[in-house]
Amino acid sequence: METTIKPKWSPSRVLLLILFSMFAVFALFPIITLTIASFKPAQELMRFGLNLNIDPELFSFKNYSYLFTSESLYLNWYKNSIVITAIYTVLCLLISSMVGYGLAVYQFRFRNTIFALVLITMMVPLEIIILPLYKLSISLQLINSMWGVILPFIAAPLPIFFFRQYASGLPKDFLDAARVDGCTEFGTFFRVIMPLMLPAFSSMAILQALFCWNNFLWPLIVLRTNEQLTIPIGLSTLITPYGNNFDMLISGAVLAIVPILIVFLFFQKYFIEGMTAGGVKG
Amino acid sequence: MANSSPEIVKSTELKGNTKRSSVLYSQQIAPYFFVFPFIVSFFIFFAYPVFSAITMSFQSVLPGQVEYIGLENYRDLWNPTFMKALWNSTKYTLFTLLVLIPVPLVLAVFLNSKVMVAKNFFRSTLFIPALTSVVVAGTVFRLAFGELEGSLMNTFVMWLGFEKQRWLGQSGLAMFTLVILAAWRWIGVNLLYFMAGLQSIPRELYESADIDGASTWNKFSRITIPLLKPISIYVFTISIYGGYSMFTESYMLWSGNRSPNDIGLTIVGYLYRNGLEQNNLGLGSAVGIALLLITFVITIGQLKLFGMFRKEE
Repeated sequence: METTIKPKWSPSRVLLLILFSMFAVFALFPIITLTIASFKPAQELMRFGLNLNIDPELFSFKNYSYLFTSESLYLNWYKNSIVITAIYTVLCLLISSMVGYGLAVYQFRFRNTIFALVLITMMVPLEIIILPLYKLSISLQLINSMWGVILPFIAAPLPIFFFRQYASGLPKDFLDAARVDGCTEFGTFFRVIMPLMLPAFSSMAILQALFCWNNFLWPLIVLRTNEQLTIPIGLSTLITPYGNNFDMLISGAVLAIVPILIVFLFFQKYFIEGMTAGGVKG
Repeated sequence: MANSSPEIVKSTELKGNTKRSSVLYSQQIAPYFFVFPFIVSFFIFFAYPVFSAITMSFQSVLPGQVEYIGLENYRDLWNPTFMKALWNSTKYTLFTLLVLIPVPLVLAVFLNSKVMVAKNFFRSTLFIPALTSVVVAGTVFRLAFGELEGSLMNTFVMWLGFEKQRWLGQSGLAMFTLVILAAWRWIGVNLLYFMAGLQSIPRELYESADIDGASTWNKFSRITIPLLKPISIYVFTISIYGGYSMFTESYMLWSGNRSPNDIGLTIVGYLYRNGLEQNNLGLGSAVGIALLLITFVITIGQLKLFGMFRKEE
């Protein structure tokens, strides 16, 4: 009970702390070893494997500076990833917020049918339609273009679901007030509803951007030439049956996590809200 | 509906005669504009591909030459390689379920307890692996579970007194590596789900249980577990979907789908190999439909099972 005064370091608290520290080490260990390895020459890695040894004499920024030379396409991939993530996130949020709002606020004939379709798209794994989608992208000339990566997924079911939940929780008075003031239905959405849904936008923006930044299978299929690749696909091409370009792979992988980690440190709350969005219906 | 005063009618009925002329003000038409992008995207990028996957699975698809071959693709699936892929995916799904449901559930209960300190720190730290892409995670695990004596896992097992292992070269150890990789990336996410579930359980239930003198175990098994059922079903379902459609992890661990003896081949790996690498879209589509059926049957079966439990109570 709240009233009993517990000693500051009760045995159960110490045990829990030890347990969670072990899990925290398990979580951070791979990222820390990767970071250490990124400062060592790749031959070291090939000879001794991934380990925690820190030898100041071997430490250098060589792997990183190589990423920025003209021989490597890493900067190109980085730019592609940023552009694709930005465009995808903006379009996806705009569309899914409109659809979610439409489904939440209006009474219309096909409302339940359309919502059922949203749920169905959520339930079918993407891997199943990947071959026909690939064929379709060839006929639509979307292969090897960033639009091929972006377009098929901008009406994403999860954000639609999330915005629908959020919009149905908004007080109706705002809508009435806007309409009485002579706003069109779209004016109401853009001027009144969008600002009200700002927290929902933040959560979904972070979640969708993370998804897009790390997305692998579909871009792997759509993007063909080296210049067009995103970071994950580009990095995966460095591993080949004929030999691996580890110096570039590891430093490139570390730099790919950095922006996400920074965003995560500042906007943790939105990550957590976005992540649990799918499960809140229970 | 039309001419009553706007103050008393509900918002959905608020459409005076004066505004009916303009499309922009119509509450009858507006919703269709709002949902229009989804409809378009649904038909082009979802319904059509699903339909097309079903038809292609009954066809032999060669450039410029498509013919119906009935069930032949499905008959072709009856081969040792696909069975291996099916078995690998099934094992992977089962093992990930065994790890990724109980561990995060118990951690969430601990993290939610009053005794625990630094809750936010641990919650965030355990979540960090979920931020990495499979490519980054695959790279680390590939190296950490490398064959070399100095690789992390071999250093560890040799310190424990065992022989060094070829982690990615033997069936059992390869599965172990895949499951550890999944555990690393997803424990923090499932932990968040279970914590969200725990926070929705009313405090009063525990307080009245305390008054009745219930033990910690009783509170856990009689209050926490039953009330976490909805969120557990959700986590269970997404884990089954995730398990059966796993591919990129094995793609990264074995340089693009090429594991020795196919020890890391999954259903989607088989789909990728046949449909994209060997350009046999018919057979690849049949694999996709098989995967769809498997996930559907399991999900429905599992929902039935949980539903039956509910009737018993």
